[in-house]
Amino acid sequence: MAETPLRRKASWLSILAVAFALLLIAPVAWVASSVFVPDQGTLAHLAETVLPSYVTNTLLLVVGVGIGVLLIGTPTAWLVTMCEFPGRRLFEWALIMPLAVPAYIIAYAYTDVLSHPGLVQATLREVTGWGPRDYWFPNIRSLGGAMVMFILVLYPYVYLLARTAFLEQSNSYSEVSRTLGRTAFQSFREVSIPLARPALAGGVSLALMETLADFGTVAHFGVPTFTTGIYQAWLSMDDLVAAGQLATMLLAVVLTLVVIERAERRRARFHHARRIGDLTRHRLEGKHAWLATLTCLMPVLFGFILPIVILLNLSIVDGHNLFSARYAGLIKNSLSLGFLAALAAITPALVLAYALRLAPGVLSRFAGRLVSLGYAVPGSVIAVGILMPLAAFDNAVSAFLEASFGLSTGLLLTGSLAALVFAYTVRFMAVALTTVEASLTKIPGSMDDASRTLGETQFGTLRRVHVPLLSGGLLTAGLLVFVDVMKELPATLILRPFNYDTLAVQAYRLASDERLAQASTPSLVLVAVGLVPVVILSRRIMTTRAGRRIGSG
Amino acid sequence: MTKTLNLSRPFGNRPKGSLAFGSARRGLVALGAGVLLALSPTLAAAKELNLYSSRHYDTDEKLYSDFTEKTGIKINRIEDKASALMKRIGAEGANSPADVLLTVDIGRLSVAEKDGMLQPIKSDALNKAIPAHLRDPEGHWYGFSTRARVIFYDKNKVKEPPKTYQDLADPKYKGMVCTRSSSNIYMLSLMSALIEHVGEDNAKAWAKGVYDNRARDPQGGDTDQLRGIASGECAIAVSNTYYFARALRKDVRDLSGKTDTIGIVFPNQDTFGAHVNISGGGVAKNAPNKENAIMFLEYLASKQAQTYFAAGNDEYPVVEGVGKSASVSKLGEFKADTQSLDKLGPNQAKAQMIYNEVGYK
Repeated sequence: MAETPLRRKASWLSILAVAFALLLIAPVAWVASSVFVPDQGTLAHLAETVLPSYVTNTLLLVVGVGIGVLLIGTPTAWLVTMCEFPGRRLFEWALIMPLAVPAYIIAYAYTDVLSHPGLVQATLREVTGWGPRDYWFPNIRSLGGAMVMFILVLYPYVYLLARTAFLEQSNSYSEVSRTLGRTAFQSFREVSIPLARPALAGGVSLALMETLADFGTVAHFGVPTFTTGIYQAWLSMDDLVAAGQLATMLLAVVLTLVVIERAERRRARFHHARRIGDLTRHRLEGKHAWLATLTCLMPVLFGFILPIVILLNLSIVDGHNLFSARYAGLIKNSLSLGFLAALAAITPALVLAYALRLAPGVLSRFAGRLVSLGYAVPGSVIAVGILMPLAAFDNAVSAFLEASFGLSTGLLLTGSLAALVFAYTVRFMAVALTTVEASLTKIPGSMDDASRTLGETQFGTLRRVHVPLLSGGLLTAGLLVFVDVMKELPATLILRPFNYDTLAVQAYRLASDERLAQASTPSLVLVAVGLVPVVILSRRIMTTRAGRRIGSG
Repeated sequence: MTKTLNLSRPFGNRPKGSLAFGSARRGLVALGAGVLLALSPTLAAAKELNLYSSRHYDTDEKLYSDFTEKTGIKINRIEDKASALMKRIGAEGANSPADVLLTVDIGRLSVAEKDGMLQPIKSDALNKAIPAHLRDPEGHWYGFSTRARVIFYDKNKVKEPPKTYQDLADPKYKGMVCTRSSSNIYMLSLMSALIEHVGEDNAKAWAKGVYDNRARDPQGGDTDQLRGIASGECAIAVSNTYYFARALRKDVRDLSGKTDTIGIVFPNQDTFGAHVNISGGGVAKNAPNKENAIMFLEYLASKQAQTYFAAGNDEYPVVEGVGKSASVSKLGEFKADTQSLDKLGPNQAKAQMIYNEVGYK
């Protein structure tokens, strides 16, 4: 390959990045374009009546979940990375497990146990002899309940990114801090946290975006949020324009979130010194050790073990037969979708992340920010944004071919797996991009310089320096997309091909027919299959122990 | 580190020759085209039926497999909420593969008709089997089963149960009434019927009254409202009939076994009758397999299919001579509101607005 000037290469890259970004943002843009169309008065009606309370609910939810995931994700990540206490090695990977449980499924499980005739309150009444209205009990089906559900399954995003950040913080920082007389906790507060801030911001923004896009959980709990407003405008009032306008408002909020996160990241961009030698953990003793164990146990217990026990119990009582051809088909469909989407998401993520690194101009930044929006957009909005233009395209092609050659192609893309996989890519690009970008940022620019000095081309540097260092990050990105796709519901429902039921679809179908016990079967399989990538992720975490050099994980 | 290096070798050792890349690219293009063809939906074949359905009842599996067994016609299904399915049919336009649209709400069906998504068909079998008020006179849609939305109450707590929907708003039931949230299609249809019978202003006052009487914020599905009675949280609940009948027939957790204390009221028996809704369907406008579609609708009106609706899902069959399930029979006879059926669709957006205006969650 001939040597090309860096600038030309870079601009070529940023053009490619922008092309990908435009393609990925097209569905959302299509929906957003409805701002320019007059609606049927639905928006004014909503604004006058229910919208203010929806907005309040959404804001409270976002603030609550944001604080919650930080409070769980950060200390647990720090404890397992920097301290030694009973069960640390187990918690190191077990803390990710809740990521395999979709928020709506944990909501099903807790509703069953905590709501009125459920086990907890029934026992309470039996023991105390209280009647239905003699005592106060927190209502799981409430804003607070929804908050807790999201926190329990979304904190792993913060945990994962924080843990990586802590691992990569040079040992010497905390050693210096301790030499200067700081306690373990003080080093945590004054050294580790500020250094990990970009990672924490990344984790929180992923969790919040997922919260904003959720429909299943808040619908089950009867908590109206902004997303409820979008659905109402679209489905109850048949006003797609108003729905699009609401979605655009949501986008504005998300855009703000993304900008804040980026600013945070830019503000604190430094390449950490390479870790030398093994990480020495603070050995916690006695009370502190057990407190640490308890701190790490709680999220795993409530975010994973307990809901699984509840679901298992339900499925033993009145579940479906798992070992049937039907379930084999469901599993196969879910796995293939996850796999295809993970593959489809990696390339654009890599291109976009590279553009940000090599050609950090306005264009690349713009592209990177745009594609992240999809993550906070409810799946059904993306689905509409794909369905309408794609079907129009298909029909136009078919009409053209029919007119020119007398050959009708029908719908080529609409209702195809390709369209669905595209929807997933749009929806989950932020996950892939954040991860790839994070691991790319960790490769110091000096490595590029060294490689170029030694005569490697830009592409050669990518191949021989970056890809080996990045492979872990790429795998992580793929796995995160895979897990998210397995859980995805609204876009799958509306875009899927004929007879293409997935585990999520089956669980939702049974739950919406109020057959929670039967829904436990697909739910459990969903969690089990979702666990596979999580376990791989955990194993990778086990191998990226302290002392390894950056990039090996 | 060694491990990751190994991983990278496939990239690292590849010869730089453009030939290798060129042929790889050609291969990729061919592969891409092949994948695209394989991924694109199969074009209409003769022995198939493409069904867009918002029925979400697990017992329907048997309904479909029996049809295939009988006719050899394979059923391809997509299931979602009716409004979402209709968006898809609308977008797919002239090339839509949809043959039949099935919904659980007459309101949606009439909107589909109004939007020109359904085509009129002529079938003597259907006209003969289905009573006139449960089908479109022009043949755009047919009802295959009905369900009533009625009032349930705790016999121990409510000595004078409400007799009408209007009674639910009576202040004497303050803190007693449980319903699901207002954006649910069944709640919207009930409101649409009330708008028709008592007018917008009264319907709005009614919604406010019922919401003021709530025992708790609207939440969960119909079964959850019934469970609310069983657990003592609700004294009065609104639910579709089949959810209660199911608890009588088979084990529904936290409800079966506690049904003795739950009483049922078919409301407005002296006036317009209890609110009923239809699960029905019609043939899509651009159905590629129209013959099969008609055959399928006729099958849904057959004794066998009607028995599935009745026995499997505790719905009311529409064909004469098909018995109700034992559990549904226990609910008793009632007068159904048949006048408002064709207004449920047009009133739906209005219904949501009224709920919103009074702050009904």
